[in-house]
Amino acid sequence: MFFFYLTSGLFLGWSLGANDAANIFGTAVGSKMIRFRTAAIIAGIFVIIGATLQGSGTTDTLSHLGAVDAMAGAFTVALSAAIVVFLMTKALLPVSTTQAIVGAIIGWNLFTGHKTDIRLLTTIVTTWVVSPVIGAVFSAFFYILLRALLKRLQIHLVILDVWIKWALIVVGAFGAYSLGANNIANVMGVFAGSAPDVVIDLGIIRLDGLQVLFLLGGAAIAMGIMTYSKNLMVKVGNGIMALSAEAAIVTVLAQAVVLFIFSSTSFSGMLKSIGLPPIPLVPVSSSQVIVGSIIGIGLIKGVNEIKFKTIRGIIAGWVLTPVAAGLLSFLALFFVRNLFNLNVGSAVATGETGAVMPAATGTVISSGTKYINLIWPGISLLALALVSALLTYTFRQQKKRLTAEKELLEREKENIIARQALTDAEIRAVQVENQYLQNEVENKRRDLINYAMSIVEQKEYFEKVSESLRELSGEKRSELRDEKLKKLEIEIRQRMSFADKVEDFNIRIEKMHKDFMGRLAQLYPDLSSNETRLAVLIRLGISSKEIATLLNISPKSVEINRYRLRKKLGLDRKASLTQFINNI
Amino acid sequence: MAFFRNAAGVINAIEAFFNTVDEGVLVFKEGVSNYLHGNQDAFNNNIANMAKLEADADNLRRDIENKLYTHSLMPEVRGDILRLLEEMDNIIDTAKKNLFQFDVEVPNIPAELNQDLILLTDICVSSVSTVIPAARAYFRAPETVKDQIHRVYFYEKEADKLADVIKRKVFRQMTGLRLSEKFHLRYFALHIETVSDTAEKVADLLSIMAIKRTI
Repeated sequence: MFFFYLTSGLFLGWSLGANDAANIFGTAVGSKMIRFRTAAIIAGIFVIIGATLQGSGTTDTLSHLGAVDAMAGAFTVALSAAIVVFLMTKALLPVSTTQAIVGAIIGWNLFTGHKTDIRLLTTIVTTWVVSPVIGAVFSAFFYILLRALLKRLQIHLVILDVWIKWALIVVGAFGAYSLGANNIANVMGVFAGSAPDVVIDLGIIRLDGLQVLFLLGGAAIAMGIMTYSKNLMVKVGNGIMALSAEAAIVTVLAQAVVLFIFSSTSFSGMLKSIGLPPIPLVPVSSSQVIVGSIIGIGLIKGVNEIKFKTIRGIIAGWVLTPVAAGLLSFLALFFVRNLFNLNVGSAVATGETGAVMPAATGTVISSGTKYINLIWPGISLLALALVSALLTYTFRQQKKRLTAEKELLEREKENIIARQALTDAEIRAVQVENQYLQNEVENKRRDLINYAMSIVEQKEYFEKVSESLRELSGEKRSELRDEKLKKLEIEIRQRMSFADKVEDFNIRIEKMHKDFMGRLAQLYPDLSSNETRLAVLIRLGISSKEIATLLNISPKSVEINRYRLRKKLGLDRKASLTQFINNI
Repeated sequence: MAFFRNAAGVINAIEAFFNTVDEGVLVFKEGVSNYLHGNQDAFNNNIANMAKLEADADNLRRDIENKLYTHSLMPEVRGDILRLLEEMDNIIDTAKKNLFQFDVEVPNIPAELNQDLILLTDICVSSVSTVIPAARAYFRAPETVKDQIHRVYFYEKEADKLADVIKRKVFRQMTGLRLSEKFHLRYFALHIETVSDTAEKVADLLSIMAIKRTI
């Protein structure tokens, strides 16, 4: 049952972690200087340490305000505060768990008839007002100091960035510690009267019952940070409260210092020892201190953009939150006692100040205290945690290595495929070239055969002519000899026309000068095929006489054809036809 | 510590980049002078040198970019810094392009323009030589940047004026030149002048970046 009653406090702790961690690591995470996981782990650990080691001061103050001495009452008070925080957050109203819990405790006081210590209440309310102002003063002072330091040291921006990163981590850790120390009272303060009477020995540290409660509350805050604060951190870092990294260090440090001095019994004692008034140990709102710190920097920078709306909202929160929580707490307690018939707190005659529960300011072992030795389980747990961390690290490294190897293999595979594709393309290119060369060889072979055949044919022909001439020389009859001579001359003339060879030659040159002929046809579409052929022959550098032989026309006809070609090409007398054709 | 080692690596690369840009504009100045005085061998040497420096600057810029991202350095101002390096890289790119244009187009420059063109080159190079210390100052003392960049604006204006004087001289006084030659000379005056324009762009960017760092 004890743990069930504790759930409302743990829920309050969880929502505090989810909301307030952004004040500490918002800028660092939002600006991507620190990863969320790193920030959450650091904040979680230091919140727990702060809550456990230094949470008693503020808890003592709250228990003086109202010593909730029944678990059902503590549950109802914490739940009322949690509901008010939840609803006001939903309604986008500025809210603080501190003010909600104080209101809820006053509601309990009113319900059970315990008298509220007005002097203490005044101190608490004064602290709420003063804490943002102190935050502003501290942040302005730190900001001036930091600026002077940076100006003097002139650190290179890249090195400064590394320092800032580390400073954000260190200051964030301090901020988380102070948050845990100061605000744990909001979460677990009302349960302090019902803390188990135990002492847990962890070897290096002994935790009493109250500290065990703080440890649980701290863990709830840490869970809130780890599970639900990321979005708000990113939003704070990039949006409404976007700050430079230097300003973030200063504001978080100012907030941490304010929260620290309002929760440190040692510091308060130290002031008292030197004759100064002690600092009241009161839980304060970290969000409101941060707002004060930002205003402090704004004043130094000379920025006239102080959002009075925000300040008005904060002041309204000081009144609205405690009143709402007090009313809800009063009503909830009424229902819990009358509907469920549960004891929500001991009734005290009106006019009597509420009983103060014994504050845990140190580990006191009485005869009734249950002593739990957790040295070995603690060591085992620590060892287990270390081994798990080591295994996780090794596993991660292994995974990273495997991923890198896989990536490398994939790249190699891609390379091989690319190389293969290149080789295939090369093979195809070689095949095409081989085919071309084979065709060339075949053409040459055919040329050679034709040439050989031509030699044979011509030899045979000339042998035949020689035979005919020998016969003619022996012919006595002149008529018959003349007739045979004429026949032989006609045969030789016919032979001289070379019609087949000329045609073959023409086909070849047309094939060779296809591009030129194309260009010529495009530029001068009205050229006839004979004129195009003449142009090709001129381009080849063949003389008019040779052209006449090739075309089987007279040299005069060639000259006439050249003249016509010049005319069609639009050349004047001075221009060279050969040069013009060569330039096409 | 690894973080500080990485940071030192980035700083060295940034310094080397600035030195390369600085050397680049000095080679540009020398190259123009050699071209105008007809020292062909020395000019060829300048061309080769310039190509190397420009390639070095590109490599350094890429190296810095990679380092900034892989070591997650300065996420807040990284974008600004990379833009600054890009703009500074533009200076050496422009200088290289101009010198190569001399080599490719071989402009016919009358000897009486030599002094004016050398002076124009000098002013442009001065604008760059002034903007480089301002860029270095951004990293250590951003509040001093403003004091340095006003000289860049001065040099840029002077370069504009001188380029204008050269163009007027070419078109109004050099009647012996053909129109095509005049156009050619006008483009070369413009080309040289663009070096100071790129320096001015860097100065504009630096001025905003410095304000962002000091507020």
